Amino acid sequence: MSVLLFTIIVLLGAFLAGLLGSLTGLGGGVIIIPLLTLALGVDIHYAIGASIVSVIATSSGSAAAYVKEGITNIRIGMFLEIATTIGAICGAIVAVYLNANYIAILFGCILIFSAIMTLKKKVDHTTLEDTDKWARFFRLNGSYPDKGVDRSYAVKHVPGGFLMMLFAGTLSGLLGIGSGALKVIAMDNIMRLPFKVSTTTSNFMMGVTAAASAVVYLHRGQIDPGIAMPVCIGVLTGATVGSKVLVKAKTDKLKIVFAVVVAFLALQMIYKGISGL
Amino acid sequence: MDTAKKENLNDKDIQVILGTLLRAGVIISMSIVLIGGAIFLIHNKGAITDYKVFKPELSKFSSILGIFKGVASFQGDAIVQFGILMLIFTPIARIVFAIFSFLIERDYLYVLIGFIILAIITISLNGGIAH
Repeated sequence: MSVLLFTIIVLLGAFLAGLLGSLTGLGGGVIIIPLLTLALGVDIHYAIGASIVSVIATSSGSAAAYVKEGITNIRIGMFLEIATTIGAICGAIVAVYLNANYIAILFGCILIFSAIMTLKKKVDHTTLEDTDKWARFFRLNGSYPDKGVDRSYAVKHVPGGFLMMLFAGTLSGLLGIGSGALKVIAMDNIMRLPFKVSTTTSNFMMGVTAAASAVVYLHRGQIDPGIAMPVCIGVLTGATVGSKVLVKAKTDKLKIVFAVVVAFLALQMIYKGISGL
Repeated sequence: MDTAKKENLNDKDIQVILGTLLRAGVIISMSIVLIGGAIFLIHNKGAITDYKVFKPELSKFSSILGIFKGVASFQGDAIVQFGILMLIFTPIARIVFAIFSFLIERDYLYVLIGFIILAIITISLNGGIAH
C-alpha cells in the first residue's frame, strides 16, 4: 500500500474512532487499534504507540471545553493521576516484554468488557453525605453546574477508587487506550460521583496518564510518525465534532451499535491472537 | 462566606486558564504535525508502507535528540514527531501550571500532589531513555 493511500484510510478511520470515542466517553483507542491491526495488518506495537498519542489529543481537546464549563473536578483528577501515572508506566514497561499475540488477546478481553459496560444501565449513586475522611482531607467534594443550578456532591470510598485507578492506569499503559470504562467504574460506582463529573474528570486525567506511557513508547520506537500523524489528526477532528454534539445528542442507541461493533472487533482480535500463539 | 466566594472565583479563573492552555497546546502541536505531515507526504507519497513487523531498531526518531536533528534537516517525519512530542508535553505543562495555581491559592497539599505526578513522569522519562 502506498503511503498516501494508507494515510487517507487511517485518517478516515481515526475520525470515526474519535467521534464515537468522544460520544460514548470510551476514547478512540478501542477502535483505532483493531482498525490498524486487523484491517491494515499493522503490528500491534505500532498501533498502540499511535493510539496513545491520539488519546492525549482527544483528552486534551475535549477536556479544554469541559474544564472551562466548570464540570471537571480538578482536585479529584489530580489526586487520582498519582495512581494512573504509576500504573501507566508499569503497564508500558510490561508491554515492552509482552508478545504481540498476548497483547491482542488481552486487548480483546478489555474491549468486550468495555462494550458490556457501555450497555449497562447507569445508576446514579450521587450522595450528599459527607462521611469519607479521605475525601474531606483531600478536599474532593465539590459541585457542578447543571441546567443553571449548582449541584453539590460528596465523594465516597477514596482508597477503593484509588486502587481501581491504579489498575486502569496499568491497562492504559499496557494497551495504549484511555481505559475509560474502568475509570468510570472507579468514579461512578465506587466513589459515587455524578456522571457528568466522572466522564469529564476521566477525560481530564487521560492526557497525563497517556503522556506518562507515551514517553516510554517514544523511546522504545513504538511511535511511528507515518501512523501517528493520520491517527492523531483524525481522532482529534472526530473528538472535536463529538464534544460539540455530546450536549444535545441522545447516545443510547449509538451505544448499542458501538458495543456490537466493538464486541465483533474484540472477538477478531482474540481469534487472531490465539491463532498466532 | 467571603473567603469561600474568593476561592470559587480563583477556581473558576484556574479552570479558564487551564482550558486555554490545553487548547493552545493541542492546536500548536497539531499544526506542527499537519505541516510535517504535508512535507512527509509530498516527499514519500508513492513509497510503500511496511508496518507488519515491529522493528524498533529502524526507528529514526525515538529520542529527543534524534527528533531535533531531523527537524534541523527539515525532514517531514521528524517535524511530525516533534509535534507529537509537543502534544505529549501539553498535559505535562498542565501539571506545571496547576502547581503554580495551587501555590497561589495556598493549597499546599495539591502543590505536593502536582510535584508527585511530575516526579513519576520524570522517572518514566529516565526509564525510557535507559531502553
